[in-house]
Amino acid sequence: MSIWKYANPTKFMGWTAPVLPWLFGLAALCLGVGLVWGFFFTPDDFRQGATVKIIYLHVPAALMAINAWIMMLVASLIWYIRRHHVSALAARAAAPIGMVMTLIALFTGAIWGKPIWGTYWEFDPRLTSFLILFLFYLGYMALWEAIEDPDTAADLTSVLCMVGSIFAILSRYAVLFWGQGLHQGASLSLDKEENVADVFWVPLLVCMAGFVLLFIALVLMRTRTEVRARQIRALENRARAQNA
Amino acid sequence: MLTVTDLCCARGGLAVLTDVSFDVDAGKALILRGPNGIGKTTLLRTMAGLQPALAGSITYPEDEAAYASHADGIKSALTVTENLKFWADVHGLSDPTGLETALERFDLTDLRERLGGTLSAGQKRRLGLARLGVIGRKVLFLDEPTVSLDGFSVKLFADWLQNNHLAGGGVAVIATHIDLGIDAPELDLTPFKADPNAGGGSDEAFL
Amino acid sequence: MIALLLRDLRLAVRAGGGFGLGLAFFLIVIVLVPFGVGPQSDLLTAIAPGIFWVASLLAALLSLDRIFALDFEDGSLTLLATSPLPLEGVGLIKALAHWVTTGLPLTVAAPALGFMLVLAPEAYSYLLLSLLLGTPALSMIGTFGAALTVGLRRGGLLLSVLVLPLYIPTLIYGAEAVRRGAEGLDPSGALILLGGITAGTFAILPFATAAVLRINLR
Repeated sequence: MSIWKYANPTKFMGWTAPVLPWLFGLAALCLGVGLVWGFFFTPDDFRQGATVKIIYLHVPAALMAINAWIMMLVASLIWYIRRHHVSALAARAAAPIGMVMTLIALFTGAIWGKPIWGTYWEFDPRLTSFLILFLFYLGYMALWEAIEDPDTAADLTSVLCMVGSIFAILSRYAVLFWGQGLHQGASLSLDKEENVADVFWVPLLVCMAGFVLLFIALVLMRTRTEVRARQIRALENRARAQNA
Repeated sequence: MLTVTDLCCARGGLAVLTDVSFDVDAGKALILRGPNGIGKTTLLRTMAGLQPALAGSITYPEDEAAYASHADGIKSALTVTENLKFWADVHGLSDPTGLETALERFDLTDLRERLGGTLSAGQKRRLGLARLGVIGRKVLFLDEPTVSLDGFSVKLFADWLQNNHLAGGGVAVIATHIDLGIDAPELDLTPFKADPNAGGGSDEAFL
Repeated sequence: MIALLLRDLRLAVRAGGGFGLGLAFFLIVIVLVPFGVGPQSDLLTAIAPGIFWVASLLAALLSLDRIFALDFEDGSLTLLATSPLPLEGVGLIKALAHWVTTGLPLTVAAPALGFMLVLAPEAYSYLLLSLLLGTPALSMIGTFGAALTVGLRRGGLLLSVLVLPLYIPTLIYGAEAVRRGAEGLDPSGALILLGGITAGTFAILPFATAAVLRINLR
């Protein structure tokens, strides 16, 4: 009994079907509670006013933008080493979601930045890192789309993801080289002193849980679509071979 | 010298040939036959190590294999001699006598200073085959080596294969539709055709 | 391996090889910038380090798709894969040949073009040094990108989309070194990091290139 048996495409389709509605339901619950709580039942910040409430979209989206890439890296490694097809397809499925999360983080950041910093965009290290992350998502997705053979595409994109990760980290530190920018330091850390106040913190946690659940649900759903597409392709291939 | 045991190979995620087994002794050649699309090219590429086998084993002395197909790797901006010398150098053989012999055997001596781009299709093909003469490899996997060659050139090639390569203890596996006029057993691949329902390729996981 | 390097260089200088195209492109970009930006010399001085680096990057990008495409089409790459040369070595040599034909000429030419953009006199030596340290990384990263897209029709545009994000760290450190040099600050930090990236890419990417080539050849 190994955990890997759940990675078999047929098994995967089997166990994800009943799990998906629950995941979506939980995600909706968390997001509904977290966002309503955050938007309407928290006090205004004494300096930033009501603008601060965009944090409930901005921070979870930014978190998932990075975590989606890490998940793709892990999935790519699993495909490259153990050759589980579902793993490669899950990496493919996660990319557009990660890209949208990056865009949400950039847009909410711009909306937040305008009243606070007086500008929508600034070449600040954090902002620039997210722009670069967006470019990496774009390249990764473009490579998947460009290759016809699914195994070749999975192999090449997984190598790109591994090499890209190295360069993404390098870029992250390279933009730091410009010096400290406008973006505040980490809002959340294990050090209690540096954290935002508890009134903001608890609903934010609920929102982050909602984004994580939503991400997992979307990835599973999209992976199911990819598996179906592969099944169709495999059936067509076999039909062609039988006719030949 | 070349032993293939229960080899299965795939093309585009689908198994095409299963349980192919044969032996070729030193100094012998094997001709692969079969209709188009049966998997001759796939088999040759798998044996040459260009693509992984699904199952089975292929054994021959290490660093002795060479593969040749219709794509000759001839550079049109290099002369005939430069083209050959490059491949000899890459294989670590810079002895000029091998190059001279190859030029002579494939009737390229008069063309030696011509640029690759100015050669006719048949002359290019001869140059591509002459490459096999300068790289000193003992195990040859040849995919349709005689395409676009005239009768005279086919005979040149067959002579080289028989008298230089095989007589020197080499082996060759050749996929071809014509009669080369050399004494070699034939292997029809039709019986090894994979059953489309049997699975085996990477598509199997999805069926 | 030397045979492959010599062959690639010989092919590059023969008719149709494209040697010097990257340099010509670099030259034209540098000459065009003042037309677009206007003739104010203090503005040109301020942007010169960045323009030189962006122009080098684009010039390197221009010839990337030729690195493997021709060898792939005529079958040389398949034959090289069955030769005693390791594909890792092939990737390394290809990057080196690309650098000798594009990176090296424009490194040498860049200081001579400094006056076009009114480059600060202090920055000339750092421009030369940063290009010398950084352009090999551009070639090596580009070779990896070229190997990724070698089997694709219309791979050229995709190649740019894949490679440009990978160029960002090299670009930042390279341009920053020249800018700091121009402003009289200490550029050694940027130069060391630039050299580190070049060394790192040459240590890792030949293996990634070979892995990707094997996948594309099968």
